Amino acid sequence: MNNPNTVTTLINKTAEFDVAKIRADFPILNEKIHGKPLVYLDNAATAQKPSHVIEVLNDYYRETNSNIHRGVHTLSEKATAQYESARNKVKDFVNAESTKEIIFVRGTTDAINLVAQSFGRDTLKAGDEIIITELEHHSNIVPWQILSDQTGATLRYVPINDAGELILEEFEKLLNNKTRIVAVGHISNALGTINPIKTIIDKAHAVGAKVLVDGAQAVPHTRVDVKALDCDFYAFSGHKLFGPTGIGVLYGKEALLDAMPPYQGGGDMIQMVTMEKSTYNVLPYKFEAGTPHIAGVIGLGAAIDYVNELGLEAAAQYEIELLDYANEQATQVAGLNLVGTAKNKTSILSFTLDGIHPHDIGTILDGEGVAIRAGHHCAMPVMERFNVPATARASFAFYNTRQEVDALIQAIDKCQKVFN
Amino acid sequence: MFDIKDLYQEVIVDHNRSPRNFGKLENADTTLEGFNPLCGDKLTLYLKTDGVTINDIAFDGSGCAISVASASLMTDAMKGKSLEEAETLFNEFHNLVTTDNDYNEELLGKLAALAGVKDYPARVKCASLCWHTLHSALQGDNTPVKTE
Repeated sequence: MNNPNTVTTLINKTAEFDVAKIRADFPILNEKIHGKPLVYLDNAATAQKPSHVIEVLNDYYRETNSNIHRGVHTLSEKATAQYESARNKVKDFVNAESTKEIIFVRGTTDAINLVAQSFGRDTLKAGDEIIITELEHHSNIVPWQILSDQTGATLRYVPINDAGELILEEFEKLLNNKTRIVAVGHISNALGTINPIKTIIDKAHAVGAKVLVDGAQAVPHTRVDVKALDCDFYAFSGHKLFGPTGIGVLYGKEALLDAMPPYQGGGDMIQMVTMEKSTYNVLPYKFEAGTPHIAGVIGLGAAIDYVNELGLEAAAQYEIELLDYANEQATQVAGLNLVGTAKNKTSILSFTLDGIHPHDIGTILDGEGVAIRAGHHCAMPVMERFNVPATARASFAFYNTRQEVDALIQAIDKCQKVFN
Repeated sequence: MFDIKDLYQEVIVDHNRSPRNFGKLENADTTLEGFNPLCGDKLTLYLKTDGVTINDIAFDGSGCAISVASASLMTDAMKGKSLEEAETLFNEFHNLVTTDNDYNEELLGKLAALAGVKDYPARVKCASLCWHTLHSALQGDNTPVKTE
């Protein structure tokens, strides 16, 4: 920070990115917790919602609520148009080729289970291999364990180093002509590591494997281009992208989705049903059985409008600077140990404090209005790797400020005072 | 007025820093594990009893301050108690951390320091893990205890 050029750049960037104005878009940020201003640093668990999303949801239920793809009445046509327009927004957002490649699901977990049970179960046999990594969230581990049990395929894990980065040489050793699926997180939810997924995808394709990317933590922080990545599947959740809970997206290459059997049977996913058999609907409807979360889809579309308007690139740059600042402050705290120090990371500060259990940190920080996550972050293999039962995790979004980082550091100090 | 010290009282901080009766009890006649899957708290309880009295009791494991202090205070309180007294204390502790009812301060002694836990619903299971483990052990149930 002593370099004057760096400071000037910082000031300019900060000036471009008006955080105060952005914060005014998120009504919940005005809440008080135990009489203190809310400092919301649990964005990796779920992000807060801008007024625009809240209003779109409100308007939908007040003015448009109706079932889609069925009615000939005005409301149904309106609801269908809004629903399909949101699909188009998602398509553009991730730069997919066609709306046929955008399947609405409940969330990232649902998307991964869909791929495991439809694509995986249909194509894997005993002796085949699936590669995942030690960094994964449980939702990108358990569906593959279930699939392995069902098919007799073997599950292999790419190890991580002490910084929390994937060891690519080990990944290359695991790849062979039996590898059918590689499933990897774009950004680690526990440590914030940004994985080199383009390299992973290319190397997996070289042996003929298909690649699923768990993008739950990535879409709020980085511009995703599925065509440039050339991934086969990309999964993410709406609620971490400032949209509603209960809605998510599975992107899949059209040819793959087309060849896959349905995941669930029901209404909307069929063309014709007789008592003997059914013929299935075309993409993407084949994978959307039953009345979907219509409001959720429309709300997700509104969230995408919001982040597009804001500019994800500028937001990402701001977040990197905020994380740098948080890192700088945290490393000055005696007795604080950072967990996950990857060179390429974003928005997540996972740490432990000497002699203080993360759950006690979580409770004491809450007393100061600071909301963080304490626990294993649904990534127990990561905790095992670092030999800790749990960590405290502060995770940032573009509406967080340096003042909030200072509040976090002060609350950590309070924590240490309570215990010493 | 909200004060975090209502939860983390001096007694709790002290018992967390230097837990009493901590470590494996050689020749224990009952050993039972307690596990809190959500937070990963784990403890093992060791007991020596003649069927009438708890002659010795100890624990080891890892967990948050609330769970460690609770186990430390509990083992201190239970030493030399009859099984009947242990059951009474179990019920009174349950009353202390899960209800707003009056509690018997004389009976609970230092355990009353855990009264603040009831204002933190997510932390009640931290305080009660060792108690449920003891309760199961005394009932002769040897399946590991899980609190959820």
